[in-house]
Amino acid sequence: MYTLGIDIGSTTSKCVILKDGEYVYAKGLAVGGLGTQGPEIALNTIWNESGLTKSDIARTIVTGYGRNRFEGGDGEVSELTCHALGGRFVFEDLRTVIDIGGQDAKVITLSESGKMSNFVMNDKCAAGTGRFLDVMAGILCVDINDFEKYAEKSKSPASISSTCTVFAESEVISQLANGVEMPDLIAGICDSVATRVASLARRAGVRETVCMSGGVARNGAVRKAMEKELGVRIEFDPLAQYFGAIGAALYAHRQLTR
Amino acid sequence: MAEEVKKAPRPVDPNSAKYKLGKIAGDAYANAIEAKKAGKPVAWVSSNFPVEIPETLGLYTVYPENQAAGIAARGAGERMCNVAEADGYSNDICAYARISLAYAKLKECPEQDVAMPDVLLCCNNICNCMIKWYENLSQELGIPMIMLDIPFNPDYEPSRAIIDYVGAQFWDAVHKLEALFGIKWDDEKFKAVTEASCRSSRAWLEATAQAKYTPSPFNGFDLLNHMAVMVTARGKEEAGEAMETLLKEYKENHENGTSTFRAEEKYRVMFEGIACWPYLRATSRGLKDRGINMVTTIYADAFGFDYSSFDEMIAAYCSVPNAINLEKSRDKRIKLCKDNNVEGLLVHTNRSCKLWSGFMPEMSRQIGEACDIPVASFDGDQADPRNFSEAQYDTRVQGLMEIMESNKEA
Repeated sequence: MYTLGIDIGSTTSKCVILKDGEYVYAKGLAVGGLGTQGPEIALNTIWNESGLTKSDIARTIVTGYGRNRFEGGDGEVSELTCHALGGRFVFEDLRTVIDIGGQDAKVITLSESGKMSNFVMNDKCAAGTGRFLDVMAGILCVDINDFEKYAEKSKSPASISSTCTVFAESEVISQLANGVEMPDLIAGICDSVATRVASLARRAGVRETVCMSGGVARNGAVRKAMEKELGVRIEFDPLAQYFGAIGAALYAHRQLTR
Repeated sequence: MAEEVKKAPRPVDPNSAKYKLGKIAGDAYANAIEAKKAGKPVAWVSSNFPVEIPETLGLYTVYPENQAAGIAARGAGERMCNVAEADGYSNDICAYARISLAYAKLKECPEQDVAMPDVLLCCNNICNCMIKWYENLSQELGIPMIMLDIPFNPDYEPSRAIIDYVGAQFWDAVHKLEALFGIKWDDEKFKAVTEASCRSSRAWLEATAQAKYTPSPFNGFDLLNHMAVMVTARGKEEAGEAMETLLKEYKENHENGTSTFRAEEKYRVMFEGIACWPYLRATSRGLKDRGINMVTTIYADAFGFDYSSFDEMIAAYCSVPNAINLEKSRDKRIKLCKDNNVEGLLVHTNRSCKLWSGFMPEMSRQIGEACDIPVASFDGDQADPRNFSEAQYDTRVQGLMEIMESNKEA
């Protein structure tokens, strides 16, 4: 039995097909989230990759900010529940998920049995989100995927004191003008995100095993800064960006087999 | 092209609480406008100023917080905030204050016009921003401001010294108003006003307490409308009668198994903070569509003042939500959660109200632990529509619901 999970975020769309609720049969990702062609492109990718068609799918669950607008799903669930389910699917002892997406950051705690027990989300501000990193990458003219490489070379991370993305942008520009080295600046930017999200994590209550999900999870510099800030090991899996979609597909499977 | 046909509003039964309460709230505004035309003094009053003073002295009153809420709910919050901001008021200050200061300048706003004041009656038991807001009104309008200082109480109960301090100010305010307008305090009338105020309060608090039943006989969002009378007219005889009608209706709803919550009540939450007036419909629908009834909120109960002596009355005004310490605030809310079988807490992080929102992360953590319920918070504003995102609200409410659902299954 195949179930499909679609996660329509603010900047990317992700799809996952689970076979029998046990393993990831196919996955697709496209840049562009809510209100773009992103969901359609991600779906086309998954159909091409899997050789399956819509009629092979027993149930489809949609999650993410675009969940209410997408037509063609059998139901919708919040990304909070889906990231908890998806994270637990990969890490069986998982108790805390730190999800940093394009426009929000959230920390989700799970009970021993794996149910979502609490969550804390960022306030209405881009600080501590993927958008913050995107803006910084833009002004530094550095590919965001190279952040980790740069940060590893840092000897003395710069201090980015502004939590506001707009103010931080001018702060970074003036540090550049003052001759601060790129590795130190990038390490400082990653530290700034980690500090911001760590305070959310502390509010939610951090329990190991801890993992990161969402697109920013791929950024090792942020992960390492977060580990340092929280004093815990943070697990990472290459599927981290798909946890929401995995959780949605798993939710669909559970609905059918319950 | 066919003309859009607007649905005629459903007629409201004149014997219903909704009609009576709506009429009292509407009459308060209209009567003040008429009084002003007739040359009688009008006071602008902060919401937790002792209503017993203007009511006994026969002053016509307008409550700027209530006016600002009405303006925001009718969609003019941003327009009025922009007027105040163009005059130099920071968008970081309370949106009620900005709307009120804008109204003082424009002296008109079709969404809720009011009579202009001859005096300002300010009490800081609800917040200290109120002092600067009223001082500015006083300067701009060139009218006197009478201040009743009720400081934040770090102790659990108000001390004898605080009651004496506030009690003395109560009489000082009375004497100042007597001198200002050549009016006379009447002890008999004061007694009647206190009786009316307590009668309204008792009925109101008993009505809100009907949420102890499952399902609740009312939709908690009703309280946000009905409480206008408790803010503006609780000292009037007719307010008591209308509140008793409300109580009767809720009791009947319970007996008949009906409710003003027009959906199956699957979950029960407490709402924390001032309503998000510009998005009242969106915030209400986000709950109702998921079968979540907001059964209780301290915001509504805060305007019920029941007492049996002068000192008790003063103590009640010293014990309003924003004047008391975290422990007492927490305990009051825990009681509401337990009395009303609340399954989740939804917190409005209100950009306008730093005082109220500032201590909520810790207080809601303590409430969540004490009641073993999940807590979710969302960003918004009581009157400035620029501080709310419906998608973010929706995700948080759905997350809260999913935890409550999971708790039920367990």
